[in-house]
Amino acid sequence: MPKKQLKRSIKQTKWFKTLTIGMWQDHPTFCVVLGICSMLAITNRLENALAMGIGVTLCTAFSCLFVSFFRNVIPSRVRMLAYMVIISTFVICVDRVLKAYFPPISEEMGPYVGLIITNCILMGRAEAFAIKNGPWLSFLDGLGYGVGYSFMLILMALIREPLGFGTILGYRVMPGAWTNWVILTIAPGAFFLLGVYLWIFRTIAKKTE
Amino acid sequence: MNPLTILIASIFTHNIALVYILGMCPFIIISKNYKTAVGMGIAIIFVVTLTAIINWPIYWKVLVPLHSEILAFLIFIIIIAATVQLLEMLIEKFFPPLQSSFGIFLPLITVNCIVLAVCLFMVLRNYNFIQTVCYSFGTSCGWALAIILMAAIKEKLMLVSDIPKGLRGPGITMIIAGLMALAFMGFAGIITLQ
Repeated sequence: MPKKQLKRSIKQTKWFKTLTIGMWQDHPTFCVVLGICSMLAITNRLENALAMGIGVTLCTAFSCLFVSFFRNVIPSRVRMLAYMVIISTFVICVDRVLKAYFPPISEEMGPYVGLIITNCILMGRAEAFAIKNGPWLSFLDGLGYGVGYSFMLILMALIREPLGFGTILGYRVMPGAWTNWVILTIAPGAFFLLGVYLWIFRTIAKKTE
Repeated sequence: MNPLTILIASIFTHNIALVYILGMCPFIIISKNYKTAVGMGIAIIFVVTLTAIINWPIYWKVLVPLHSEILAFLIFIIIIAATVQLLEMLIEKFFPPLQSSFGIFLPLITVNCIVLAVCLFMVLRNYNFIQTVCYSFGTSCGWALAIILMAAIKEKLMLVSDIPKGLRGPGITMIIAGLMALAFMGFAGIITLQ
């Protein structure tokens, strides 16, 4: 099969569509504006953003997988509680791993690791996709949304850390005479930056309310 | 630390919405209408205070003696979900008039981060029972204050403004929240909380 045709046939498959929908067309931040609490709070340093992104991606992917496994057993009346239990199990794993191997990051992120449980993206994907679809597709869907979300976290941190602290991953990148824009490291700067990003994206995508 | 200090600090200087940036999903979606914002605010004050009062003894009197703090997330979230469910049923049964103004917000609250955040902060900062009550009440009042202010600003804005197309909706909410956060920083000198 020629390379071009192969590429096209991959693009047509269901799993590819499922994987990519969360990364662009239905991006969790830009389109539905979900799960931004932890995003704004921890993106003042790139390492926190990376830790958070990986944590959220793993939690979303695996909780979708398990919700999908048990979708025929979960009674619909208590399904929210069932999602919560599955999600918090994975969040506990992430929290333990961070505490054991990256204590400084865990210290700095504080309660925000635990708050992955209440990130609307996880619950949203479980309810909207995983409860109706097979395990493999649900896993990909969760993975796609997680990656889309992490991408946004990194985008935020890449602006906030150099301008706010003058560093990237702790290495100094700004010239010595640079005055740190302290406002970008705290809440108001985070709000403004996300507002600007939303403006840019929605203008490009012609997505308005 | 003096419980009263914690109460004031958690409303103004350490406002959970504008300093810790939590509870943002309803903050954006529900803040379109002043009346709805007030309803949501009251529901949050009630649920947050109640769940913190229940979770404090469970963490310190059950989980810590059993050395099973690892389960804290799981237990907290189950208790929050159960409390909300119970409250919903009670309101439906005994106060039907409240159902339309207050009950509809309850299911949304389970997934609101600030309910869990208050429980996590109370553990992290080693608050005693009285401090926890003050902290949870103050925090939820602070959040209610923020969402009510936001709704009021947005209602006014709808009438007079000409916002660029791409900025409408969540975009402008973020900008307003940023300005409000700057304004709230003015309180920072009053009290410092560790």
